[in-house]
Amino acid sequence: MADPMRIRAALVGDKVDVKILMAHEMETGLRKDGEGNVVPARYIVNVSATCNERTVLSALWGASVAKNPFLAFRFTGAAKGDKLKVTWTDSDGDTRTDEVVIG
Amino acid sequence: MKSIYGCIRGLLLAACCVTLAWAQSSTEEAIAEYRAMFGDENPAELWQIRGEELWTTPRGPKNVALAGCDLGLGAGIVTGAYAQLPRWFEDTQRVQDLESRLVSCLTDLQGLDEAELLKSRFGDGAKKSDLEALTAYIVAASRGHTMSVSIAHPAAQAAYDLGHGVFYYRAGPHDFSCATCHGESGKRIRLQVLPKLLDPVGARYAYTSWPGYRVSQGELRTMEWRLQDCFRQQRLPQLRYGSEVAIGLTMFLAKNAEGGIMTAPNITR
Repeated sequence: MADPMRIRAALVGDKVDVKILMAHEMETGLRKDGEGNVVPARYIVNVSATCNERTVLSALWGASVAKNPFLAFRFTGAAKGDKLKVTWTDSDGDTRTDEVVIG
Repeated sequence: MKSIYGCIRGLLLAACCVTLAWAQSSTEEAIAEYRAMFGDENPAELWQIRGEELWTTPRGPKNVALAGCDLGLGAGIVTGAYAQLPRWFEDTQRVQDLESRLVSCLTDLQGLDEAELLKSRFGDGAKKSDLEALTAYIVAASRGHTMSVSIAHPAAQAAYDLGHGVFYYRAGPHDFSCATCHGESGKRIRLQVLPKLLDPVGARYAYTSWPGYRVSQGELRTMEWRLQDCFRQQRLPQLRYGSEVAIGLTMFLAKNAEGGIMTAPNITR
């Protein structure tokens, strides 16, 4: 099972400042291991963030995103105490969802 | 004519020095800026989260959590523990650093197999190290604490003396010692500054910033890893994890860093 994300969401003025750290290998499929075998590609292809049933971010990712990715963004229209839900899905279909209360 | 050449050479030399000094300081600044951009969002946190889970979840053949693990401040107390390690432990009758103490706890309390644990002592991609994760979690709980290591016990003093001796011991095909690189200030490898580990300033700078998330490896690395990699770079025989030499060197560095404020886990190149 995938490891948890680290999500911070804080209301600054009228915007919510979101910072997310995801634990993922983000294998490009171009790397070889010690024995010379290709390490199969496996990377996050989809990231979405929802707040109060509203999608505030939807992203299509590829193999060029770094290992253990860091994502920061801002959005409007939420209040303190609302919940922000972030989900990623990788190329193997593995998925992870974490939720945080906006502070 | 000669004086003109001399003058030109002097100017060229000066230009080189300026470029080097500029490159060095700009690299340092760039690294500092890079760290600042991450702010609190250091990927080391991912290890901390996993480490906390490992610490609190009942595991191993005996199915117990690590609440009974004494890191020196009492069973289960994590806060501030790393700033006082290595230290003498009555129960094991040994001076131990954090990593070797964790191995004791995982084997004695949880009944895990030491050989199996040490196989994955350093993580590599999908092969994750529980020891690195636990270390990250425990070290983070000492952030802001002042380094204060006791060498009052004779065995702790002996460990310090051993570390001191090893620091200066020249060996291997290159006839290198730790002091070759870390005995003077102002030295560097390419553009990486080598802190003088005998000085409180250099020792604090180095010791309080480890463990760290190594960006070039995408892994969190602990002091045991740092030391064994120094040994590899010196072409010395492999440093055994949790060995007397590893703990002695850690004790020597930790004591030299006395008074420093812990900032680790940090983010490094």
